[in-house]
Amino acid sequence: MTRPTPAISVVNVSKSFGQTEVLHDISLDIPAGQVSCLIGPSGSGKSTLLRCIAFLEETTSGRILIEGQPLGFSEQDSGYRARQSRAQTRAVRANIGMVFQQFNLWPHMTALGNVSAALKVVRKLPKAEAEARAMAQLTKVGLAERAHHYPSQLSGGQQQRVAIARALALEPKIMLFDEPTSALDPELTGEVLTVMRTLAAEGMTMVVVTHEIGFAASVGTQINFLDQGRLLFSGPPEEVFRKPRPQRLEQFLDTYIDRGASMLA
Amino acid sequence: MTWQLFSLLVQASGMTILISTISILVGLGVAILLSAARLSHLRVLHGFTALFISFFRGVPLLVQLLLLFNLLPALGISLSGFATAIIGLSLCTAAYQAENLRGGFDAVPKGLIESADMAGFSPAQTFLRIRIPIALRLTFPALVNEAILILKASSLVSVVGVIELTRMAQNLSASTFMPVEIFASAGLIYLVINQVVAAIGRYAERRLPGMGQAAR
Repeated sequence: MTRPTPAISVVNVSKSFGQTEVLHDISLDIPAGQVSCLIGPSGSGKSTLLRCIAFLEETTSGRILIEGQPLGFSEQDSGYRARQSRAQTRAVRANIGMVFQQFNLWPHMTALGNVSAALKVVRKLPKAEAEARAMAQLTKVGLAERAHHYPSQLSGGQQQRVAIARALALEPKIMLFDEPTSALDPELTGEVLTVMRTLAAEGMTMVVVTHEIGFAASVGTQINFLDQGRLLFSGPPEEVFRKPRPQRLEQFLDTYIDRGASMLA
Repeated sequence: MTWQLFSLLVQASGMTILISTISILVGLGVAILLSAARLSHLRVLHGFTALFISFFRGVPLLVQLLLLFNLLPALGISLSGFATAIIGLSLCTAAYQAENLRGGFDAVPKGLIESADMAGFSPAQTFLRIRIPIALRLTFPALVNEAILILKASSLVSVVGVIELTRMAQNLSASTFMPVEIFASAGLIYLVINQVVAAIGRYAERRLPGMGQAAR
């Protein structure tokens, strides 16, 4: 049996904040090249799951494997979890690029500075090469002519595209998107989703927490529906959205049908 | 009041500007080190910074200067009045600047640190490249304010024998018996210097992105 290693494996992951359990025993494999969408009502745990995959949150129990390598904790034979060294965590994380709801661009750097910073500081590339690569990424997201603008001089959609370019500049195998369009005015979501569609078409492995059910249904290849910290369904969109749908999913989708996801009605 | 007397005051104000500028910059450096200590995980360093800040904020600068001026020779260290003045002013402003910077460091949005983490920055790289530049920009108006306070506080270093603007004014008023004209002139010169500092501050705030405003 030769199954390829999934890009991401989530194995029996639970997460509690104090007494509140926000993720309950979640297991999920995301094969390379998939566009895996995490959908569900607010508070369902989808952003927390994504942040656990990036090790921005620690899981309470369970394992996260990136390209088959554990992230955050190293595995012991005894079952005891030992915190990885920072260097190990950085090495595994180098496979991942992340795009945040609030963009999180560094306000004291231009668009070009944001995209080239890690190439210079972390990858130690010469300035000229780092900036050439950064420029190529900005061109890809259609913002070459805004390279010397500061974040405060860019629209939300443009900032998010810079943030995508910044993540792509490090050539990750996996891109994580945490509600990438939720902070944007409705007329600006399109430009960001277009960039994401292009990435998906190029075969990038993507995990997208989103309320854009239309995007999930048309671009997603794996749909994961979370509710109250549990992964209720996971499968290709034609299966998950097929009628008749389970009641909880139907209720959730009902609230989105009139918000641009009419193809599911 | 003659031009000759006025020009002596202007010359002495050069010392005021020199001492203040060096102290502000050295103080900023020390304040950044104190901030790094406070962000570290070493409890000992937290205790040290707390002690440092409470001493230099809590004891009057005049007392600090006189203490330093008499303490160092007693310890067998002989420093010029100039060096003593710089040390005293720097350590004092460092304590205030560290408190200002704390507000700046606390106000750096957590998400900006997370994006640095995801980009592979080490904690030291994040501190140097992200935290410090943003905290400095956020607290820049407070830094300008502190520069003005230190320029005025530098009048106290006359007690350790440095001839700066206030000391020169005292000397001249004693020899000319024109205290009103002379101290009015000295006050005017302080006012002009501080107006220039404030104008530079406003210019920098306008020109540099993110200066003195919330990170988003």
